[in-house]
Amino acid sequence: MSFLTLDRLDKSFGGSPVLRGVSLAVEKGEIIALLGPSGSGKTTALRMIAGFETPDRGRILIEDADVTPLPPERRHFGMVFQHYALFPHLTVGENVAFGLAGRSAGKEETKRRPQRVAEALALVDLPGFADRRVGEISGGQQQRVALARALAPEPRVLLLDEPLSNLDPTLRERTRRELKSAIQRVGITTVLVTHEQEEAFQLGDRVAVLQDGVLHQVGSAEDLYERPATRFVATFVGRASVLPCVLEGDGAVWVPYPPGDAAGPVRWSAVRSPEAEGMKPGEEAALVVRPESLAFVAAGNPQALAGRVIERRYAGPVTYYQVALAPGGEVEVLAPSGAATVGDAVRVAPEPRGPAPRIFRRNR
Amino acid sequence: MKRAPLLPALALAALLAWLVGYPLLMTLLEALGGAKGWTLHWFGEFIHRPDEWLALWRSLWISAASVLLAALIGIPLAFLFERTEFPGRRVLGAIVALPVALPPLVGVIAFLFLYGESGFVSRAVQALLRLQDPPWRLTGPLAILLVHAYSMYVYFYLFTRAGLARLDAALLEAAASLGAGRWRALFRVTLPLLRPALAGAALLTFMTALASFSAPYLFGGGFRVMTTQIIASKLNGEVALAQVETVMLAGLALLALGAMRRADRMVSVGTGVRGIAPARRELRGPLARGAAGLFGWLLAILLLLPHAVLLLVSLVPAFTWTSEPFPPVLNLGNWKSLVTASEHLRPLVNSLWMALVATALALAIGFAAARLASLRSDRMRGVLEGMIAIPWAVPGTVFAIALAATFSVNQPWIGRFVLIGTPVILPLAYVVRDLPLTGRAALAGLRQLDPALEEAAASLGAGRWRRLTRVVLPLLRPALAAGAGLAFITALGDFIVSIVLYTFDTRPISIEILSNLRLQDLGMAAVYGVLLMTASAAAFLLWGQGEAR
Repeated sequence: MSFLTLDRLDKSFGGSPVLRGVSLAVEKGEIIALLGPSGSGKTTALRMIAGFETPDRGRILIEDADVTPLPPERRHFGMVFQHYALFPHLTVGENVAFGLAGRSAGKEETKRRPQRVAEALALVDLPGFADRRVGEISGGQQQRVALARALAPEPRVLLLDEPLSNLDPTLRERTRRELKSAIQRVGITTVLVTHEQEEAFQLGDRVAVLQDGVLHQVGSAEDLYERPATRFVATFVGRASVLPCVLEGDGAVWVPYPPGDAAGPVRWSAVRSPEAEGMKPGEEAALVVRPESLAFVAAGNPQALAGRVIERRYAGPVTYYQVALAPGGEVEVLAPSGAATVGDAVRVAPEPRGPAPRIFRRNR
Repeated sequence: MKRAPLLPALALAALLAWLVGYPLLMTLLEALGGAKGWTLHWFGEFIHRPDEWLALWRSLWISAASVLLAALIGIPLAFLFERTEFPGRRVLGAIVALPVALPPLVGVIAFLFLYGESGFVSRAVQALLRLQDPPWRLTGPLAILLVHAYSMYVYFYLFTRAGLARLDAALLEAAASLGAGRWRALFRVTLPLLRPALAGAALLTFMTALASFSAPYLFGGGFRVMTTQIIASKLNGEVALAQVETVMLAGLALLALGAMRRADRMVSVGTGVRGIAPARRELRGPLARGAAGLFGWLLAILLLLPHAVLLLVSLVPAFTWTSEPFPPVLNLGNWKSLVTASEHLRPLVNSLWMALVATALALAIGFAAARLASLRSDRMRGVLEGMIAIPWAVPGTVFAIALAATFSVNQPWIGRFVLIGTPVILPLAYVVRDLPLTGRAALAGLRQLDPALEEAAASLGAGRWRRLTRVVLPLLRPALAAGAGLAFITALGDFIVSIVLYTFDTRPISIEILSNLRLQDLGMAAVYGVLLMTASAAAFLLWGQGEAR
């Protein structure tokens, strides 16, 4: 039994659907990252868990208890907002104490409050900041205060909305590590929303990829990169090229399709993605290839496609080469820097050490 | 988090409808004959009388001319104070905004003391030129326009300054890099971008001038505009005609509002980028600096004269100043009598308690309406916001007549009670006049409030009441204080509705000023004027602080 369950959530705003049947099971203590481009519905999903939006259909469960009809103040979930939403009229300490008041405010509880504020601030490495004004502290510190405030009432679930997007890039890397270690120390079940793949991979135990309100895949970073379930995940997570192809049989395709010049199509080995199950030999399909799964080869290789380098992006020891294929289409190839220059005629063939090219349906 | 309860919203909408919409509706119905049988007789009367058309036409052209004059004074001043740097700019820039803090009636009597037949300036000119008679008479349209120009250019000044401060310097730099000179940049970039600000100022000036009552009443003489025409008809006992005139004035105001809103919507411009405001141009040459400084200080003196003259005249004992160019006796007698003579204290106490009650009620209703409107996203929101805004668009005279018509009949089953002649009617009327001030302040404050703050409070376990008292109200305090300050001085200095609805026991300051003027007790009138002026200045200071935050 999972700890937090999203059960077939649907939501539309003004007739246009934002979430379509999103289901997700989060284990206790797990960190889930919702990853997707803007407008994918990931923030709506998070706000729905928090209770700020009501689903049109579907349920949200905590340990099998339905919390869907509960208003946010009765869910006992902590949330860190994109712009932190610290109360500007209260001090750092008063902000952190906000969630401690009101709830079971017995005498004993009230007496312990300053101590709990101090503990929460110590957790985010801001001891002694309680009397500071919110406007006096830096953006990174505000982010940590927001985290301390959300964690102080010991919520059941922690929700983070683009937690690092407001920080400048140099600060982001460090804050990301601190954030992860603070969450792990508390051991709290966490759902975070981000549009940055790196952030999702580093913070999330598992990553859920959303597009157009549809949950495409949930898995570890390796799962998503090496075994993408849909063509969207394959192209959204990591770099990849898409080539038309024709299924030959099990584990093989003809590329490129349709044949462009006298050389004709060549035979490559490939893996079927789940969505390509059931396709028959001779059907047209889409082949998704990672740059490291391609290499420049010498003339005479039976698998080689001819092309010309049209762009190169230097990345230190290696370089990404954009190659316009002679029969049409473009691919990206990862090769040692200095392997080719712009304008060179090259030959491109599969590199078996990279992830195998994957087959998807064509019209997706 | 759009989860506002429907029932309180409905109850509040009903209360607002009864306060704001119902009296207007009653006026329209009674103008059409109402219970006595439907008739267009009084509308026909209105159409057939040339003096009615004349009053309507005068209201229109006086308002248009006021806009023109206010723009001609206010816009150049705004450019001078926002775009250039010279010694004393900050202090002078604040003084230039001062006339807006003078209640209309107080401004009018200050002008009377200065430029009226027996005012200081007129007497000085008369003595200087050894004239038999005063050099001019402060009556007619020119006198009205003089007062309007003095008090209303501030709208253009403030709006234009704010617009200029918001302007992105990069746009002007882009124009310069494309080869535009200073004038081309002004006419092709700056002024088009200022259009929303200028349209806003023009609308505000036009509506204020259309509703203006004090200046036409005291300086108009035989020159009647709609507001004074209505009061004249009412005093002549032609109640039905007054109601038709009221309907016409309300219609004109709403028409003007609608037209300008539409024009405003068509020119809405903006890049959505908030850049850095252009740097001020330092006036370098000693000649330019000197000229700017001299002009500034002369202007300041001119603008501060009304305030100074009120203070001076408040020291003149009754009936001691006849033909001398300068009052021969000055003492604190008038001020002392405020404490010692109960008939002098009474209007002050009246105005204070009525303004306090009205402000408190308007604040509570205005905030509740704004809060419920901002929590709901349906038609109810439009209804609530509209109800708050109507008393702003409709001239005070209209409401005075409407309230008088509605609450002079006892028909409790349709929400009509006899309130005329009771101490309730004036505070109630003040509440209606104050609603747009408190309601708009609350709306603006709520609109600026980051919704995430309330969501954060909710996710931390705070229920509706705790969110309101611990997060929303503390954060809105500056905005609400500002709105309450403006509401308080509006009620304290009100003349327009008071003149229709007051009773002897509840006579407010403005009515006392009027009777002092009639009795030629200028000193006592000035004492009240100084009090209103000081209260207004304090409220505007508070408002400025609320805006700055």
